[in-house]
Amino acid sequence: MMIKETYQVTAGDMTAAGDVSARIKRHMKQLGIPASVMRRVAVGTYEAEINLVIHSDGGRIDFAITPEGIDIRVVDVGPGIADIEKAMTEGWSTATNEVRNMGFGAGMGLPNMKRNADEFTIASEVGVGTDIHMLFRI
Amino acid sequence: MSDTPYFHSVRLDAEKCKGCTTCLKRCPTEAIRIRNNRATILHERCIDCGECIRVCTSHAKIAVTDPLEIIDGFKYKIALPAPTLYSQFIHVHRSEPIIASLLKIGFDDVFEVARAAEVVSYAISKLLITEDRPKPVISSACPVILRLIQINFPSLLDNVIDMISPMEAAAKIAKEEFAKKHGVPVGEIGAFFISPCAAKMTAVKNPLGQEKSYVDGVIAIKDIYTRIEKHLKEGFDPLEIDRASTVGIKWAIPGGETSAVGSRNSLCVDGVENVMRVLEQIENARFERLDYFEGLACTNGCLGGPLTVENCFVAKNRLASVVKHTAQRMVSKTEIFEDAVSTLRMTQEIEPNEVMQLRGSIFERIKRAEEIEMICKGLPGFDCGSCGSPTCRALAWDIAHGYANELNCVFKLQERISQMAEEMVKLGESTRFTSYRKDDGSKKEGL
Repeated sequence: MMIKETYQVTAGDMTAAGDVSARIKRHMKQLGIPASVMRRVAVGTYEAEINLVIHSDGGRIDFAITPEGIDIRVVDVGPGIADIEKAMTEGWSTATNEVRNMGFGAGMGLPNMKRNADEFTIASEVGVGTDIHMLFRI
Repeated sequence: MSDTPYFHSVRLDAEKCKGCTTCLKRCPTEAIRIRNNRATILHERCIDCGECIRVCTSHAKIAVTDPLEIIDGFKYKIALPAPTLYSQFIHVHRSEPIIASLLKIGFDDVFEVARAAEVVSYAISKLLITEDRPKPVISSACPVILRLIQINFPSLLDNVIDMISPMEAAAKIAKEEFAKKHGVPVGEIGAFFISPCAAKMTAVKNPLGQEKSYVDGVIAIKDIYTRIEKHLKEGFDPLEIDRASTVGIKWAIPGGETSAVGSRNSLCVDGVENVMRVLEQIENARFERLDYFEGLACTNGCLGGPLTVENCFVAKNRLASVVKHTAQRMVSKTEIFEDAVSTLRMTQEIEPNEVMQLRGSIFERIKRAEEIEMICKGLPGFDCGSCGSPTCRALAWDIAHGYANELNCVFKLQERISQMAEEMVKLGESTRFTSYRKDDGSKKEGL
């Protein structure tokens, strides 16, 4: 028993950025997921979505809501992260000036996801892509 | 909780409703359905924002407020004019003649809500400094936004400042001052809000954050307008009341509250759709350093209230002129300001309103959500409103709860009709074939 959906996210399309997280949030509100959990999921998925748009060559977000919690998987098709440890450091970013001017790329994306999720794993290979998994317990 | 049913100011005049989808599409909480060719308001969802009143071309949406005669139920009557009132009269750029007119209409005293707004501003600014609160702190002044947060953004309820509104503060202080000055019991004094806002009427009948409202009646600006207007050109005696300063009067304009509160990084947003988008972003933690948020349901804030007479932009321009003719110094006594932090505090928690949520255990809720998703996938996704529900998703919810069925969707109905027509044709063809065989004579010959 679960709510399960998959969304494609297009690289560089800032106009659609935030649609998926808004959709997940609407599900959570309808389901009456506790406010504290909902806010953490909202922050985590929004960061993940923005990351896909800004840094990746495109990808998808899978989410599943079960009685135990909210499971988010973010998979992209490249370019992959060379140094994950560095990428997980607050304030470190490879974002272009253009993106920074839009108020993004402050280097808080991955650290924010990790801080908000109950479980966070990341795997990445340059030239292949990045695979992030977040679990939020209800 | 009281046993009296929840009172809504915003209602439907069924006679005038022609059952179009104009209001349906504009309601921010999806509280309207069109059934049997007329609108119905789902009362538990309605936040009395008045959007439907503004957009209805048939004037079938109305706001119920108290008639002026309500003041006759009290021995002593105090008018509490919202600062918006000062912006409503053409060629009047001062508040004095308007206040004098209120006294001529039959009020014994006038206490400007703007004066109470000064006291509330002071108390809020003090709380922002002395107490550690979740940021941004959210204003509690707009009753529509409070209800909106209860329904759609319950996670932000902790951010709402627990101070009563300037209207409530005005009623409380006005009655106390009047009772003390004239030596009469508070129970004999009625305080009446002169309102641009329908939701204030609802807030008085069903208060949030306090058990009982201090306000005894809410009179719409549009209802009292001509009565005031009649006296405006007459001369009047010098007013013997403590007057509000520019600080309080500016509360009628978007941003007036934030500037009065004086926090370092504040934001004011007007228009309920805009406010919803920004609350969404606050929930997503997109504002890093926002201290204070003022959300106003109406475009141009209270100046755009559904019970006003003047166009809100004209009113804004005129109020700026009134501000120029108003003193900058506040006159309220120091102890009122100092005590406000405790005396004007809300006494009850504001609870989340779970009306938009599914019911039952988490298992049952997920199961119902799955069902809604399934139904939704079968709908066209045009959100046209022709079915009487505002969106396809809302129709899916309504179907899952037994309030509607799939054939309320005109596209589904069309599909079904052409399906049936096809079946009819097939049936027709097959019966024609039988009769042809019957008539070809072969059977007769066989007999």
